[in-house]
Amino acid sequence: MERPLVLLVLQVLFLSCVAVGGFVTTLPELHRFVVETHRWMTDDRFVTLFALAQAAPGPNMIVVTLIGWEIAGAAGAALATAAACLPTLVIAYTASQFWTRYNQVEWYRIFERAVAPIAVGLVLTTGVLLTGSAAKSWTSYVITAATAAFLLLTRRSPMIPLAVAAVLGAAHLV
Amino acid sequence: MTAPAQAAPRKAGPLDLFIAFAAMGMVGFGGVMPWARWILVDKRAWFTEVEFLNLLALSNFLPGGNVVNIAVLVGARQSGLPGAVAALLGLVAPPALIVTAIGGLYQVYGQLPVVQSTIDAVAAAAAGLIVAMGLRLAYPLRSSPRALAVMAAVLLASLVLRMPLVWMLLLILPASLLAARMARR
Repeated sequence: MERPLVLLVLQVLFLSCVAVGGFVTTLPELHRFVVETHRWMTDDRFVTLFALAQAAPGPNMIVVTLIGWEIAGAAGAALATAAACLPTLVIAYTASQFWTRYNQVEWYRIFERAVAPIAVGLVLTTGVLLTGSAAKSWTSYVITAATAAFLLLTRRSPMIPLAVAAVLGAAHLV
Repeated sequence: MTAPAQAAPRKAGPLDLFIAFAAMGMVGFGGVMPWARWILVDKRAWFTEVEFLNLLALSNFLPGGNVVNIAVLVGARQSGLPGAVAALLGLVAPPALIVTAIGGLYQVYGQLPVVQSTIDAVAAAAAGLIVAMGLRLAYPLRSSPRALAVMAAVLLASLVLRMPLVWMLLLILPASLLAARMARR
């Protein structure tokens, strides 16, 4: 009998150590692990949890709270959240002890320039993956595209398209 | 006490840090960073604008979520390890409880057609948030052939070849470091 919670915690610990450019960049890997490798939940369920996490306040890493909760209840939620935070606490706390002007250092600038396009590529991958998983019909693509356009063309709150989508969905217009 | 007029005295205890970051986490629908700047620089005056930019650069450089890194860095600077833990807990714990409550409601009412169609529509919009974020981040890289090539390699490896993240980092990161070392842009 496999121990899903132990495996999930180890995977989340590992992912938050390599999460260059934010936790969102690890979502494709988390999706692969949870949906494809271990089949703990369907693709549909994964996207639903992501949507719930996006609609809730707080940093977007709390999607792991819901994934943990889905797999192993309250203990899963608590441990998955802790696993996502712990490496950050250790690494950032250590960095704060050497708080100097990092951006003056040559190797830091090179590293930053090398990592930026990788992080952007991973965010775009996450976007493509979630778009495909969320697509129920052609109207889903319209909502995804309209939301992206709204955010690119205005500086308004992301809550506006989420709320509009919720109303349209509730009214069965999509 | 905050004293915006003076630059030096800005020490906050763990409780202040917990409250400040809890406030950020609770209002930060769809993105905490603008609120982080407003609270840390404008409202509490714990940091100047320039200090905040350095903080932001360092938090981008470290692995993990930006805002989570900022919580730890700010907490550690103001109040050591207890401060770092307090700021992190403030940022993460209240939203984690809320999201779990929402998940619980979903488990009870999720079968209702109206809930299902609402969630489907929100999921499509949530995907759009990430697409927009990716495109906005990609835009400043458009003039650098080096960055575009690395980005294309990542998209090819992850979407077409379905390569695991570790392999991808092991293959692409050294090449990207080398390219960044040699290229001017």
